[in-house]
Amino acid sequence: MLALPLTACDWVVMNPSGDVAVQQRDLILISTALMLLIVVPVMALIVWFAWRYRSASEAAEKEYDPDWDHSTKLELLIWSAPLLIIIALGALTWVSTHKLDPYRPLDRIDAQTPIDPKVKPLVIQVVALDWKWLFIYPELGIATVNEMAVPTNVPVRFDITASTVMNSFYVPELAGMIYAMPGMKTQLHAVANQPVASTGISANYSGAGFSHMRFAYKALDRAGFEAWAAGVKASGASLSRDVYLKLAKPSEKAPVAYFARSDPKLFDTIVNLCPKPGQRCMSELMHIDRMGGAGKESAHDIGGLQYDMPDSHVIEQSDENKGQETAPDAGHAASGPADHSSHSGADAHAQHR
Amino acid sequence: MSSATATAHREERAYHLPEEPHLHEGHSTMLGFWMYLMSDCLIFAILFATYAVLGGNYAGGPGPKDLFDLNLIALNTAMLLFSSITYGFAMLAMEKDRVSATQGWLLITLLFGGAFLFIELYEFSHLIHEGAGPTRSAFLSSFFTLVGTHGLHVTFGSIWLITLMVQVARKGLITANKRRLLCLSMFWHFLDVIWIGVFTFVYLMGMLR
Amino acid sequence: MTGTLTTTQMILGRLNWDAFPLHEPIVVATFAAVVLGGIAMIAALSYFRLWGYLWKEWFTSVDHKKIGIMYMVLGLVMFLRGFADAIMMRIQQAWAFNGSEGYLNAHHYDQIFTAHGVIMIFFVAMPFITGLMNYIVPLQIGARDVSFPFLNNFSFWMTAGGAVLVMMSLFVGEFAQTGWLAYPPLSGIDYSPATGVDYYIWALQVAGVGTTLSGINLIATIVKMRAPGMSLMKMPVFTWTSLCANVLIVASFPILTATLVLLSLDRYVGTNFFTNDFGGNPMMYVNLIWIWGHPEVYILILPLFGVFSEVTSTFSGKRLFGYTSMVYATCTIMVLSYLVWLHHFFTMGSGASVNSFFGITTMIISIPTGAKLFNWLFTMYRGKIRFELPMMWTVAFMLTFTIGGMTGVLLAVPPADFVLHNSLFLIAHFHNVIIGGVLFGLFAAINYWWPKAFGFKLNVFWGKVSFWCWNIGFWLAFGPLYVLGLMGVTRRLRVLDDPTLHPWFIVAAIGAAVIACGIGAMLIQFAVSIWKREEYKELSGDPWDGRTLEWATSSPPPDYNFAFTPVVYDGDTWTDMKKHGYQRPLSGYQPIHMPSNTGAGIILAGLATVCGFALIWYIWWLAGLSFVGIVGVAIGHTFNYKRDFYIPQDVVTRTEEERTRILASAGV
Repeated sequence: MLALPLTACDWVVMNPSGDVAVQQRDLILISTALMLLIVVPVMALIVWFAWRYRSASEAAEKEYDPDWDHSTKLELLIWSAPLLIIIALGALTWVSTHKLDPYRPLDRIDAQTPIDPKVKPLVIQVVALDWKWLFIYPELGIATVNEMAVPTNVPVRFDITASTVMNSFYVPELAGMIYAMPGMKTQLHAVANQPVASTGISANYSGAGFSHMRFAYKALDRAGFEAWAAGVKASGASLSRDVYLKLAKPSEKAPVAYFARSDPKLFDTIVNLCPKPGQRCMSELMHIDRMGGAGKESAHDIGGLQYDMPDSHVIEQSDENKGQETAPDAGHAASGPADHSSHSGADAHAQHR
Repeated sequence: MSSATATAHREERAYHLPEEPHLHEGHSTMLGFWMYLMSDCLIFAILFATYAVLGGNYAGGPGPKDLFDLNLIALNTAMLLFSSITYGFAMLAMEKDRVSATQGWLLITLLFGGAFLFIELYEFSHLIHEGAGPTRSAFLSSFFTLVGTHGLHVTFGSIWLITLMVQVARKGLITANKRRLLCLSMFWHFLDVIWIGVFTFVYLMGMLR
Repeated sequence: MTGTLTTTQMILGRLNWDAFPLHEPIVVATFAAVVLGGIAMIAALSYFRLWGYLWKEWFTSVDHKKIGIMYMVLGLVMFLRGFADAIMMRIQQAWAFNGSEGYLNAHHYDQIFTAHGVIMIFFVAMPFITGLMNYIVPLQIGARDVSFPFLNNFSFWMTAGGAVLVMMSLFVGEFAQTGWLAYPPLSGIDYSPATGVDYYIWALQVAGVGTTLSGINLIATIVKMRAPGMSLMKMPVFTWTSLCANVLIVASFPILTATLVLLSLDRYVGTNFFTNDFGGNPMMYVNLIWIWGHPEVYILILPLFGVFSEVTSTFSGKRLFGYTSMVYATCTIMVLSYLVWLHHFFTMGSGASVNSFFGITTMIISIPTGAKLFNWLFTMYRGKIRFELPMMWTVAFMLTFTIGGMTGVLLAVPPADFVLHNSLFLIAHFHNVIIGGVLFGLFAAINYWWPKAFGFKLNVFWGKVSFWCWNIGFWLAFGPLYVLGLMGVTRRLRVLDDPTLHPWFIVAAIGAAVIACGIGAMLIQFAVSIWKREEYKELSGDPWDGRTLEWATSSPPPDYNFAFTPVVYDGDTWTDMKKHGYQRPLSGYQPIHMPSNTGAGIILAGLATVCGFALIWYIWWLAGLSFVGIVGVAIGHTFNYKRDFYIPQDVVTRTEEERTRILASAGV
């Protein structure tokens, strides 16, 4: 019954196509119902009392008792009723938070289909750049910008990071959001159950180009996904570190781009803040830290340590004028899906190629 | 408010004081100052917490063992602890209304405080000279900020101390001045307690890190 | 800071002609309006020779009542600015569809949503509640002033100084484009190199000092200056909730101060607390700022819970139901508010156990809050409810806040939060509790205590117009946001591309327009009431058949509040006094000891504001000079030992006899 006004299919949070998001939707409905148990009577009582005891009324004249201010029974009731609801809701919270922990490998594809959590999920490495998304499929060796496809009914693990500032990786159709943070790797497990074309967004404000930081999200059946991956492969472009560094420069409304090959170490270097040559990796520094530091002399040794750069959050004017703002090795990238270059409108790419 | 009916069941209750209550001057000052100290303590708590979180991030640079000179710090700690004792003597003299003794002990306190600051500044400049300034790593940022904030407090405490010495010289040990000296006393001892935290948590435990 | 410094840079720092946003027509128009309005006001003040009056009677006043009113005026002015930001956002989001970029570019829009949040929380809600507590608490506890009257004046001017800095950012330079909590690394110097974040930092630091000191002041007042006989459990509920709110202020604002100090060290000195590199950790900032941020929410709402308690009990003509459980509920909320901060970032990737711990503690807060709601409910039960404006706002609050509370608990379930976090559902939720709770409470309080402060009641007709506009406008504006949140739309978006969302945003914009009518009606209400103040005159000092001590004195109260210090026997003191046939004493007046006015507060705060401005623009000499000035004036002020005076007996006698005459003429 609750779902009655929610049938309109554009209420995506209430009607998602991925099992994790479906469970989160159910949780919203159950919690709301639980709370309505107490909220509805309370609101009814407010209105009823306000009406019944208005100063002109008969009840107010007859029942008026200016010194009535305590009742142990009522006190017990008003503390215990919310308490009981919260105990129920707390239990639900504890269980569901553990079950839907984004770090926890999935144990089901959907309500009817359990899977062994040890099944290896498809890994997608997600990098939030200024202001576009990079997706690396390490097992397939491919990478894309602003377009992400997943096969249906296959568990997926997202490894998420960012290049400069905080973002949040959010595909409403698929699962809840997780922050994408520079120098950090967060994780999200999810599965898509139906083929769908939709959008993913950054849900955490990250600067001037934030509003356009969206990507096409496609859930495709197995054949469709393979064809999509083959299409990406056919682009011939290669995502080397150099190409990545150009790509990472701030830009708005970046076009979709495909890379047939991707540097297998790239994601690690991004997480460790050392994609640039000469940059020292966080993992190495943290190792030194654990050893108790690098000795007095190392104080002056600051080469390759600076990562944040002044004015690094500004779109370079010259790039903007080119029209094709991202231009990651433009010739190759565009050779794949040439028609993507003009806009970022995600919805237009429903059909797979 | 109709008094005819009210008087019927009136008890003898005085609803106001006939005389002005004499709230002595500065009746809330000690409480207020305590609350200020606690809010200041919270600032230090945040700085300690920051040090606890970031204190191990050397960014491939030197750690506490490479940088800290415990002998110097022990000397510094002694300066501050002595200044607390001498401030205590000043308070004892104040209780006995001995102006010159109070002033004398306050001066000695000031000298100890000055020595503490001097040694701290020496330590800082030495570290910065070695390249281990506050920008070198998150560890050093949180170290300089925690210790430096304490040092800043001692600096302002010293300025306050000088002010009070001038005021005592001018007006003598009147009630208002006594109250101010007591507030500064709490402030000074508070800084001592914070320093013991710094000494233990930053320096001693840093050497064990 | 590389290269050589020119003379201009040494004198003006980074301030130059580019700092004035002459290319933004909206800003220029606003600036012109402000300048013209300002000139008109200055001219009027000079023409009517009001400067001396303002300086002597208001700016340098240490009277808690005048300071309270100044806080309220500040809150109202800033409220209009904050609401203008809100309207601009609503128009932009209703406009920027189907490929349109709207009328605001990212640089402007991002400042607007940041400024809206900062202003509404720090410079609207905080001055309003501080002003209210300042005005009411000493009266309710039968005191003549606060514990530290000079500090009170200083605190006000610091808050005003912070507000001045925020307003300056509109015309000189820019405001932060980071969101109202300025998360690094985005707010770090490398990603936000301009003055915006610096304005943010120094405005909050200057105002924050004021807030902390006023918190200390009010706690000391409540603890030390209660009338004889008023034990803690006989304090009015508003005083209780104020006490708890001020404890929260003292125990949380230093955290904000420290956190912002660390951020400014990162920006100014180049330290590495919250940077990506050199071992910094931005997540530390997010934790710290929310350890302050969550208690802040309760700082805002607790005093208003007190207002609702007073109003419900007064207008139901009944003792408050469950006073004791009300007090314990308030204290429970106060303590619990420190154990929930992580619920603002479940999505940062903490483990499931950590997330569910903070989720469950959050839910637990709803138990005492629910108990409070029930207490108000049962106060109405068997009452004789007069639906005057304050009571109307209270019932509206109960209904609105219940919904907001429910969506809040929903957001406390971590997996549900994963889909609703940072969405418009979240925006709808916190506006639901802040407007439905804090603002409605303030409106109830203003309508309730206005006669006390000014001696005449507020116009009812325009009050009702405002009431209905606000209630309808609120749901029109924020109902759609709940829906949009469930459609997966997130916050702070400048342009939107899904046309099916468009109607919802248009409805929300219409809602904002209706709210604007509500604000307009309220301003008209004030104007009409002041215009017809003779007609609405309230002579008894007790227009609502009040229950607490503030209604025992005249409206407006004399400088000394009470000619004789009251003695308290019951929680509802004034009701108790009336029941026992209390007679106002007509003789035996004595001189009354009062604090003297001083200009030190406004001078110190003015210097602090200048110092903040100089630091924002890297004008180092001015920053140093004004800082030395602050220290110097502060020290100089301590050499002033004469800080009090006696109101002579004949003045007291004259004032009280005048009141006797008025009461007799009114037939009370």
